[in-house]
Amino acid sequence: MNSTLEQPESLRTEELLVNMGPQHPSTHGVLRLLIQTDGELVRQAWPHIGFLHRCFEKIAESVTYRQVVPYTDRLDYLASMNNALAYCLAVEKLAGFEVPERASYLRIIAAELNRIASHLVFFGCYGLDMGAFTPFLYGFRERELILSILEKLSGGRLLYHYPRIGGVARDIDPQIAAEIQNFIKEMRRVWPEYNRLLSENAIFIKRTANVGVITKEAAVAYGLTGPCLRGSGVAYDLRRAHPYSLYERFDFEIPIGQGLKGTLGDCWDRYWVRLLEMLESLKIIEQALAGLPEGQITAKVPPVIKLPEGEVYVGCENPRGELGFYIISDGKPQALRIKVRAPSFSNLSITNAIVRDVLVADVVAIIGSIDIVLGEIDR
Amino acid sequence: MTPAEIHSRLKEKFPSAVGEWQEPKAGDPCILLEPQELHEVCLFLKSEPGLEFDYLKLITGVDRGDKLSSVYHLYSYKHQHALVLRADVERAEPKLPSVADIWPAADWLERECFDMLGIVYQGHPDLRRILLPLDWEGYPLRKDYKQPQSYHGIKNE
Amino acid sequence: MEQSAKGPTTPQQMLREAIADPQDLRRYLHYLATIRAEGLSTSVIIAPLEAAINWARASSIWPLTFGLACCAIEMMATGADKFDLDRFGAGAFRPTPRQADLMLVAGTVTYKMAPRLKRLYDQMPEPKFVMAMGACTIGGGPYCKHGYHVVKGIDLLIPVDIYVPGCPPRPEALLDALLRLQDKISKNQPFAERFNKDTKNQKKPL
Repeated sequence: MNSTLEQPESLRTEELLVNMGPQHPSTHGVLRLLIQTDGELVRQAWPHIGFLHRCFEKIAESVTYRQVVPYTDRLDYLASMNNALAYCLAVEKLAGFEVPERASYLRIIAAELNRIASHLVFFGCYGLDMGAFTPFLYGFRERELILSILEKLSGGRLLYHYPRIGGVARDIDPQIAAEIQNFIKEMRRVWPEYNRLLSENAIFIKRTANVGVITKEAAVAYGLTGPCLRGSGVAYDLRRAHPYSLYERFDFEIPIGQGLKGTLGDCWDRYWVRLLEMLESLKIIEQALAGLPEGQITAKVPPVIKLPEGEVYVGCENPRGELGFYIISDGKPQALRIKVRAPSFSNLSITNAIVRDVLVADVVAIIGSIDIVLGEIDR
Repeated sequence: MTPAEIHSRLKEKFPSAVGEWQEPKAGDPCILLEPQELHEVCLFLKSEPGLEFDYLKLITGVDRGDKLSSVYHLYSYKHQHALVLRADVERAEPKLPSVADIWPAADWLERECFDMLGIVYQGHPDLRRILLPLDWEGYPLRKDYKQPQSYHGIKNE
Repeated sequence: MEQSAKGPTTPQQMLREAIADPQDLRRYLHYLATIRAEGLSTSVIIAPLEAAINWARASSIWPLTFGLACCAIEMMATGADKFDLDRFGAGAFRPTPRQADLMLVAGTVTYKMAPRLKRLYDQMPEPKFVMAMGACTIGGGPYCKHGYHVVKGIDLLIPVDIYVPGCPPRPEALLDALLRLQDKISKNQPFAERFNKDTKNQKKPL
């Protein structure tokens, strides 16, 4: 507004309630955002969730421990190996099952491959949200390579049921190992293309840098984890801080946001952390394949699993943050209570705090950078 | 600090609020708290140097038959130690003080416990259902919950 | 031009039946009513036109982006480069129901989502088709027994044309379903539908 013009006193603006979702084109699932806007500026944005509430916790109380594993796949359906891994670790910790080393290595290979696949979906869909269609096709092209590997390993393309209680379902063979080596080479060749396509793109930087800044204190206070936390500068990764499933044997970096294109903790930082994590996962897979020990792929587990009375919480580093399973057992074949600590649930709760005075289009950028999956928010 | 050390530190500061230490046979230990003093204990846990639990991981509501519990999983980034707290309430009148002013993460987590089990958190800024529709009847994660026959005309099986 | 028989009797057979027993007035009136619609289909001008309309509708089905859960990711993978959906004409995903032909329900529908599903279906203009993708939309899927918030199949809400089983179905299964839908559309009779439609008792959509 021209500062020499005086604002007439009787000018009043109406605030408008805009409904975004639950069906909307940015493909993050069934999320409803109620946005209160003053013209194009957003005053508040309330997320409404629950459109995909599939009663996981009630089902987990009614079926046996083994039968819960396929349901855990469907929580964060983009990182299904990681979910099942977290659940199996929790059951094994309470029961005292010793997982053989070969199984742990195979679990790590599968989990890291799935991490890259999940970040590729993020990359493609975030480009789509910003209006770029080509990154979507590039991301999914590499993702098909991963899905073909995981299909040979487990039998499924998206939902695998591969980590089982006590170990894994199937062993790896030289053909799959060769395909993984091929994929690593291909991914390393293609990764700079992603930067030329999106990361260094002036329009993308303009839309994501300095947008949706999450400070360190806010990130910790709201319980953010994963790339959202690391994008704000907190160097905390569960694979390094509290290693599980033999992660302590591997050498990899923890990328954190540094405010390279704008402010520390903006959307570009969170995006960049995920892109760097893909490279680190490649390192881990290489080391795991090279050092794969011989042995069994599953421990001796009784046909009916009854956990001793007690409770346990195990958290794992999912592509979206800390996925934890809190299991309370009272000695029966079914659990008394299984609660899922979903990373996207806490990550999404910060939305209303960071959308003050942004444009409506920036809300899309912010939600996309948090990278939510409604399957684990709503369970 | 181990959970046992944290428990002894809490016990000397709040002798009436903290229950006795019980070493579990399997799994993680848990500190039992009196529901009325929950807010003071949590404030102490967050601000006290040496403890500084700044990350609230999870709030779980559990139906243990005779009582409903609210279990809190805490973690400290500075000292890298974790803690599990538990507060039990009566089934007939499940009321607990809210910790949403201490950790903003508790906002949605407590709403979910209210939605699934009916535990009312007093002092919560906006306690309403979060996952289920606002006109849903019943609290699904209670052990005596019966599935509805239909919802707004759509039959359930 | 293949003409699929709507029922067991063609107009010629109905005429023969009516003539055989001229005292049966009811049969004759039924014949007259059907011949008006069918007769259009048997004519030389309308039949190729119908075939052309069916071909146009089948070759450019525009789906509505209605991905709800895991099946949505497989739907996206089908639209991506390896299993290209665009070569079948169905690549233009429309975000708004007003411009869409096909409602590809991909993912679990819950009771909270059900009224929105019905509203979006009502907002789509005719001719519209519905594809139920995945086990959850067919009969509740893995949540059919203990899921209190899951709708046990979307055919409780809207009429479904094609069911695609799988959890999630492979992209090839989705492509196969699309081809079957195209076959189904090619057997339609657009002009007969217009005459036989009961517009008086239809609820006005939103």
